[in-house]
Amino acid sequence: MSEFETIIGLEVHVELKTNSKIFCGCSTNFGAPPNTNVCPICLGHPGVLPVVNHQAVDFAMRAALALNCEINRETKFDRKNYFYPDNPKAYQVSQFDKPIGEHGWIEITVNGNKKKIGITRIHMEEDAGKLTHTADGSLVDLNRQGTPLVEIVSEPDIRTPEEAYAYLEKLKAIIQYTGVSDCKMEEGSLRCDANISIRPYGQEKFGTKTELKNLNSFAFVQKGLEYEEQRQREVVSNGGEILQETRRYDEASKSTILMRVKEGSDDYRYFPEPDLVSIFIDEEWMARVKSDIPELPDARQKRYVSDFGLPEYDAKVLTMTKEMADFFEATIAAGADAKQASNWIMGEVSAYLNNEGRELDQTALTAEGLAGMIKLIADGTISNKIAKTVFKELIENGGDAEKIVKEKGLVQISDEGAIREIVVKILDANEQSVADYKDGKEKAVGFLVGQVMKETKGKANPPLVNKLIVEELKKR
Amino acid sequence: MSILDKKISELHQLLHTKELSVTDIVDATFDRIHQVDGKVRAFLTLNEEFSRIKAKQLDEKLVSGADRGLLFGMPIGIKDNIVTKGIRTTCASRILENFEPIYDATVVERLNNADTITIGKLNMDEFAMGSSNENSGFHPTHNPWDLSCVPGGSSGASAASVSAGEVLFSLGSDTGGSIRQPAAFCGVVGLKPTYGLVSRYGLVAFASSLDQIGPITRTVEDNAYLLQAIAGNDPMDSTSAKVDIPDYLASFTGDVNGLKIAVPKEYLGEGVQPDVKERVMEALKVLEGLGATWEEVSLPHSRYALATYYLLSSSEASANLSRFDGVRYGLRSDNSDNLIEMYKQSRSEGFGEEVKRRIMLGTFALSSGYYDAYYKKAQKVRTLIKEDFTNIFEKYDVIIGPTAPSASFKCGSMTKDPLTMYMNDILTIPVNLAGVPAISVPCGLSDGLPIGLQIIGKHFDESTIYRVAHAFEQATEHHKAKPKL
Repeated sequence: MSEFETIIGLEVHVELKTNSKIFCGCSTNFGAPPNTNVCPICLGHPGVLPVVNHQAVDFAMRAALALNCEINRETKFDRKNYFYPDNPKAYQVSQFDKPIGEHGWIEITVNGNKKKIGITRIHMEEDAGKLTHTADGSLVDLNRQGTPLVEIVSEPDIRTPEEAYAYLEKLKAIIQYTGVSDCKMEEGSLRCDANISIRPYGQEKFGTKTELKNLNSFAFVQKGLEYEEQRQREVVSNGGEILQETRRYDEASKSTILMRVKEGSDDYRYFPEPDLVSIFIDEEWMARVKSDIPELPDARQKRYVSDFGLPEYDAKVLTMTKEMADFFEATIAAGADAKQASNWIMGEVSAYLNNEGRELDQTALTAEGLAGMIKLIADGTISNKIAKTVFKELIENGGDAEKIVKEKGLVQISDEGAIREIVVKILDANEQSVADYKDGKEKAVGFLVGQVMKETKGKANPPLVNKLIVEELKKR
Repeated sequence: MSILDKKISELHQLLHTKELSVTDIVDATFDRIHQVDGKVRAFLTLNEEFSRIKAKQLDEKLVSGADRGLLFGMPIGIKDNIVTKGIRTTCASRILENFEPIYDATVVERLNNADTITIGKLNMDEFAMGSSNENSGFHPTHNPWDLSCVPGGSSGASAASVSAGEVLFSLGSDTGGSIRQPAAFCGVVGLKPTYGLVSRYGLVAFASSLDQIGPITRTVEDNAYLLQAIAGNDPMDSTSAKVDIPDYLASFTGDVNGLKIAVPKEYLGEGVQPDVKERVMEALKVLEGLGATWEEVSLPHSRYALATYYLLSSSEASANLSRFDGVRYGLRSDNSDNLIEMYKQSRSEGFGEEVKRRIMLGTFALSSGYYDAYYKKAQKVRTLIKEDFTNIFEKYDVIIGPTAPSASFKCGSMTKDPLTMYMNDILTIPVNLAGVPAISVPCGLSDGLPIGLQIIGKHFDESTIYRVAHAFEQATEHHKAKPKL
């Protein structure tokens, strides 16, 4: 164990899924041709004024409440001044001293241990445009300019890169549950910057921190922090000094690379945005927003353990996304056994989605279809093996499990007489295996079962096959 | 009497009886402009071709009997910091020398709906920063009463063009006195409406919490007509108030009997020229004669108004003017080979001296470590100044004083001394900080140059201001005095 304690703080930007931008009526659609979702307001033309999109405030408040934040009853916007070509007004409308939410927390679990991570604040702001650098110059696309964002700043409570990963996973799950954002890192609707410093155990004062950027996945956040933690330890152990730096995570070398050394802090000259008035949030407004928050992952996880008797692990995995949890509950509602449903969703369904790189709603699988199939396994109509064929059909083309089984002739053969006939035939044809069995080689049974299954195209009831083979072998 | 000397109501009567056409009015307007603007230099851009086309269209409307807007056929000049779709809008700055807006300001839209004709865009102090029009990035405008004198600022050309009879009326903007002081200097009527009464959407921002667009006219009646057309809530402006707009013309009762006037001693104290004090005292006598009473009061915090104003307005301006960076529109310097240099060079070449001074002042005031001592403190003083006004309006109907401490001054006489120049606005600035409305009406001359009387009202009580101003105007001959050009 190192002699240093690691301190990590995360700043997460989440794009809110509103129909229009935060201060004008332009669409927030992702992927439109450059500079088509723009108007004089988001282009920052002379004379324009912002008007707050109240859906964005609702969404930000919903996220803040879900993250256990206190809501500021008077919240206001401020201007953050800096020049950059993706920032058309040369100030970003953000929130400084009265953010919509403060003093929140979320609970994470690492290696079975629960821990609360504080959330300093969550504030609303407008997103900037996008720059593309080419050999001939830089191109500015202002489609994204004005997309509503919330920035969620954690307290410096995170102590390991693993905790950082768990924090992000939990944060993403909660925000997704509230429905205010897709939280897709690959589309930029969730972005993360990390601050990390180390200090000797027992020291109260924080060490100098470095800021990590270009963290394009949660795994890279963890890897970047692991690298940086090690780098800082080595620098300090060798008598060196940590500088206040911004470093970029490089995926190829799995290391962090210096971007720039900061001297002092940037002065953004924040001041209240005079073009907007303060927003006053009353009990009624807050109650309405609160009622839009669905049951969150932690509550569901507990319920799955207590009501469905699922193991903690299953409950955690199933509740990671709302989509998956909703699907699980719908499958049970359609009559499936909870543990079986859990096994299939965590197993075959997840494997399929991972392999195909798809989301659940991009497949043909329905909760009724999956439940129907699980019921057919339970009543012995199909074997687990046959079920895999049925499942493939269900997830690719949809439909009803019973119908698929009938149409494809996949019904399990449980007729003892019929199977015994095939068993006898197989034993006759495999004298060597019979002899092996007689010599005490139990493994021979497995081979023979395989042969029977092959003969019946997998439709024979496996426990029955097993039983009859042993009986017939004993007769010989 | 030229048709350009008539009031809106008189012109509408002549249009109605077909003694006059809109084309006649527009022709007369451009004739006058071509005759005198070489001397006054009020216009930066003329919209002549389109004005004549629009005049014909309106004349057809006149024949067909279609519905007519409130300001049907009336020619107007617009200050060049109010954006006009397709008509160059420069803010009198080199940085926007060739900028053509892609949308109309809300006030311009409302004027179009009222059937006015936009004759052209009027000169000003660059980005509305100045009190003499000498800060224009193109050329100064001259006072029609004495061409060697300034017309005031920043809406100097808006006042000068009306005074010179080039347009019937104009729009100006007032951040610290920029409508009222030039109206006083040019002998015309200028109103700074209550903050929030007129939409700021499309007004290129100088200091967002202070800016208001307002009308400049030759008579109080015309002023009310113009305000009627532009006032009212605009969903595009979050600071625009949701208030019912009264019929301003109905306020012209001529009755000021029992009116309680407050006269702040600070408004007749040190620095105010004796001639100016005399004209104001004469005006108060006129109102007394009409049954009003006045008492001396105090606006104790007004002595801090100038400092407060320069901190707040410059702070807001430093952010508002940041968008002029050469990236998307406006001047981009060729003398740079990287981004930072492009920003620096474009802004160094594009902005004039006074604008740079205010940007630096505001940037400094907002800087970390100074914010509390300057910006935040100024906000607190602003609250105290507002309270001064609230206290007085509990007992009085209007506050009256001079608009400016002196009459107009010679061109070039103050350009080397920005602080003396800033003193010009000492009597108008508190009004912007408080957000209340105020008008300047002519109240006589000093050495042949006009003096303005400032009438300040309660929030959204433009009607009382108009009633008092109109009664005063009707009881005197000052508004009939005209410059000889």
